[in-house]
Amino acid sequence: MAQGQLITPEGVRRDGRRLDELRPMELSVGVLKNANGSAYVRQGNTKILAAVYGPRSVHPRHLAYPDRARLRCRYHMAPFSVEVRKSPAPSRREVELSKVIREALSQAVMVEQFPFTAIDVFVEVLEADGSTRCAGINAASLALADAGIPMRDLVAACAVGKVEGHLVVDLTDLEDKSCEVDMPFAVMYGKRKVTLLQLDGQLSPEEFVKAVDMAMASCGKIYHMQKEALKRRHLALRRKVEGEPS
Amino acid sequence: MISKVKKAQILSLLSSGRRVDGRGLEEYRPVKVETDVIGRADGSARVSVGDTIVLAGVKYEVGQPFLDTPDQGALAVNAEFLPLASPTFEPGPPDENVIEAARLIDRGLRRSLALDLPKLCLIPGKSVWIAWVDLYALNHDGNLVDALSLAASAALQTSKMPVAKVEEERVKVSYEDKVPVRLAELPVTVTIAKIGSTLVVDPALDEEEAADARLHVSVVSGKLCAMQKVGEGSFEVEELHRAVGIALKKAEELKKHLEALRQGGGGG
Repeated sequence: MAQGQLITPEGVRRDGRRLDELRPMELSVGVLKNANGSAYVRQGNTKILAAVYGPRSVHPRHLAYPDRARLRCRYHMAPFSVEVRKSPAPSRREVELSKVIREALSQAVMVEQFPFTAIDVFVEVLEADGSTRCAGINAASLALADAGIPMRDLVAACAVGKVEGHLVVDLTDLEDKSCEVDMPFAVMYGKRKVTLLQLDGQLSPEEFVKAVDMAMASCGKIYHMQKEALKRRHLALRRKVEGEPS
Repeated sequence: MISKVKKAQILSLLSSGRRVDGRGLEEYRPVKVETDVIGRADGSARVSVGDTIVLAGVKYEVGQPFLDTPDQGALAVNAEFLPLASPTFEPGPPDENVIEAARLIDRGLRRSLALDLPKLCLIPGKSVWIAWVDLYALNHDGNLVDALSLAASAALQTSKMPVAKVEEERVKVSYEDKVPVRLAELPVTVTIAKIGSTLVVDPALDEEEAADARLHVSVVSGKLCAMQKVGEGSFEVEELHRAVGIALKKAEELKKHLEALRQGGGGG
């Protein structure tokens, strides 16, 4: 794609966003009845559903840890979530992303409180329009909180990329396809602990410093929205219990 | 798994800036690179980092391009953590650790732009060269990623390609005469482990298992080209920047092994 096609000289992106602006987000908690915790997150056209089951017994039993819960995570894309139908069988990419998402969440979860159990986190990408692993972490973190599992902090995630020479946040699929750099990032924002960092593309050491700053700022905004979503859920539950009209 | 005694020993030594094997915090174990170790491969390298030993083999094969890049050759990186390399590796399909390592090294190679993929196209949409990079762990004593990444770069850098001719929309390959491959600078990967609150370079197996998290950093021409945080722990932002600084410095040291090959030397 030719230079200047995705970002105008004034620094405005295709969808009208500034370089450091997130897409409109929708976060809802407690969306699935069967799950112990669940969340739906929309970032622009990226739509993610996350569900948490557990703590529950581990099968086969030898997989259980005697001193903590086993956190398991499955990131999966629906066949219809992408332009060309994706086989539902897990790809190498999905295996890797399941691992990095688990490792992004594990420090936040107080697994030591639930020995011999499993906590299963399922992240399903319903529609993919860029930044799916980060949106997945945002949803998974909410679902864990919704399940009432004790946590040290929420995990907020956001990708920073380099498109046509500009550092931008929360890439769309179109931007992702022609970007020079993609850097997914997740942080326990309240504790300022970075739990996911990946880089795909060339950054100078100076650009890396700037990219981390942008990622932190965006994660701060998302963290705030996550807290608001949880508050909304709890207020709704309280109204229900107290019998007030919701 | 690591015993609590061993972990406590590693942590207590680190608190006074020392490591179990006597190395400095930013010191690699001895690195050795040998190339052209497998005659049938188009490029090969055996790399050891202390007691960690790996093997990389490159094969060029004519095949179909990917749908989204019809006019480009392809790069495919595959890793095998052989059961002969460690008591903890088992036969069977690659697990998440293997897939993660292969994909990380793939990203580093791809984003270094060392291979000119458009030049590896023979007939657009139909036939292209595929560079297969197969990575083998032979003995696992920690930090497989740096060893594998160095082996992949060394094998590619010293590889020779069969000659292909396109005649009437058909590709004829001559395996008799091979030509050296033109490559830009290849990447090296530096791994930094965070153990307690200390950052160490090139973690040996025990250190790797005692670590809270690791950061793999692939570097080319003084720039970062791939990175991955691995493990259940976390980094503070200041630690990330410090780790990246160390990685950029150590990459210059690792790069010398590739430069030695470029000057025609085989060993190093």
